[in-house]
Amino acid sequence: MSKMRGAVVIDTDRCKGCNLCALACPCGVLALSARAVNHKGYPYMEQPGADACIGCASCAIVCPDGCITVYRKKED
Amino acid sequence: MTREEIIQPENLVYRKPTLMNDVGMHYCPGCSHGVVHKLIAEVIEEMDMTERTIGISPVGCAVFAYRYIDIDWQEAAHGRAPALATACKRLWPDRLVFTYQGDGDLACIGTCETIHALNRGENITIIFINNAIYGMTGGQMAPTTLMGMKTATCPYGRDAHLHGYPLHITDIAATLEGTAYVTRQSVHNVAAIRKAKKAIRHAFENSMQGRGSNLVEIVSTCSSGWKLSPEKANAWMEEHMFPYYPTGDLKDV
Repeated sequence: MSKMRGAVVIDTDRCKGCNLCALACPCGVLALSARAVNHKGYPYMEQPGADACIGCASCAIVCPDGCITVYRKKED
Repeated sequence: MTREEIIQPENLVYRKPTLMNDVGMHYCPGCSHGVVHKLIAEVIEEMDMTERTIGISPVGCAVFAYRYIDIDWQEAAHGRAPALATACKRLWPDRLVFTYQGDGDLACIGTCETIHALNRGENITIIFINNAIYGMTGGQMAPTTLMGMKTATCPYGRDAHLHGYPLHITDIAATLEGTAYVTRQSVHNVAAIRKAKKAIRHAFENSMQGRGSNLVEIVSTCSSGWKLSPEKANAWMEEHMFPYYPTGDLKDV
């Protein structure tokens, strides 16, 4: 069975670090930045588990600020 | 497969609705308002009503809604959004007219306008964000505040003898003859968000078909007012708000 591979692009300047996307992600792709903050002073989302992404878009759907763009491709 | 190969326009699955402006929203982190704004923008786009929609923004946290969704807006006086929506819809019957109000705006100062606009069967949609608190002014008690819930103006918890009971305005709306669709939804997870989007679409379509007035209540969180993290606010809402305000359709003619 072919596998779906996904990738998310996060607008880190728009992100407010609410962490709801990380909780919605079924694959553990996302995590809040430990030390870094954006220009508003919020910690923002990083992708320590980027390779596990399946492009389900759960993170982007729950994001209240529309910071996340999701791409998905079938693996050959 | 590299990340660059996946990030191509043809593989796009989800992005911020194009109707949503790039300007940053002033809402607190994790606020339900943002999700509802996104849903409204998506539905208007999908209905191809971009050029023919008038939103009425309230007084409350969503007062700047007109900055975030790129459609025509009117700002109403506190609580008077349904009256303004009535005027807009009667003057431009071909427009999609909706109001976007919080519980303080709709269920307190605007109770009269809300109930009468719904009862007249105006072909409008009222989006009602119910977070059981006055968010913008600092977390005071609202008509929808739950029994025993602590707020800035009832620090020992809401007490029936002193403050009365929570107002179930959506249940009242369901008993009115003028309403076509009355529903209560939430946006705390993906499944609930999809359902809420369908409800908003159904309400907008009803109002364009002249079937009567529509009320979509969204049970929401106010993490700042409740003094909880966004995650805990969602859990608190599921535990305490849903027994008082159960989600689902109350009326669909």
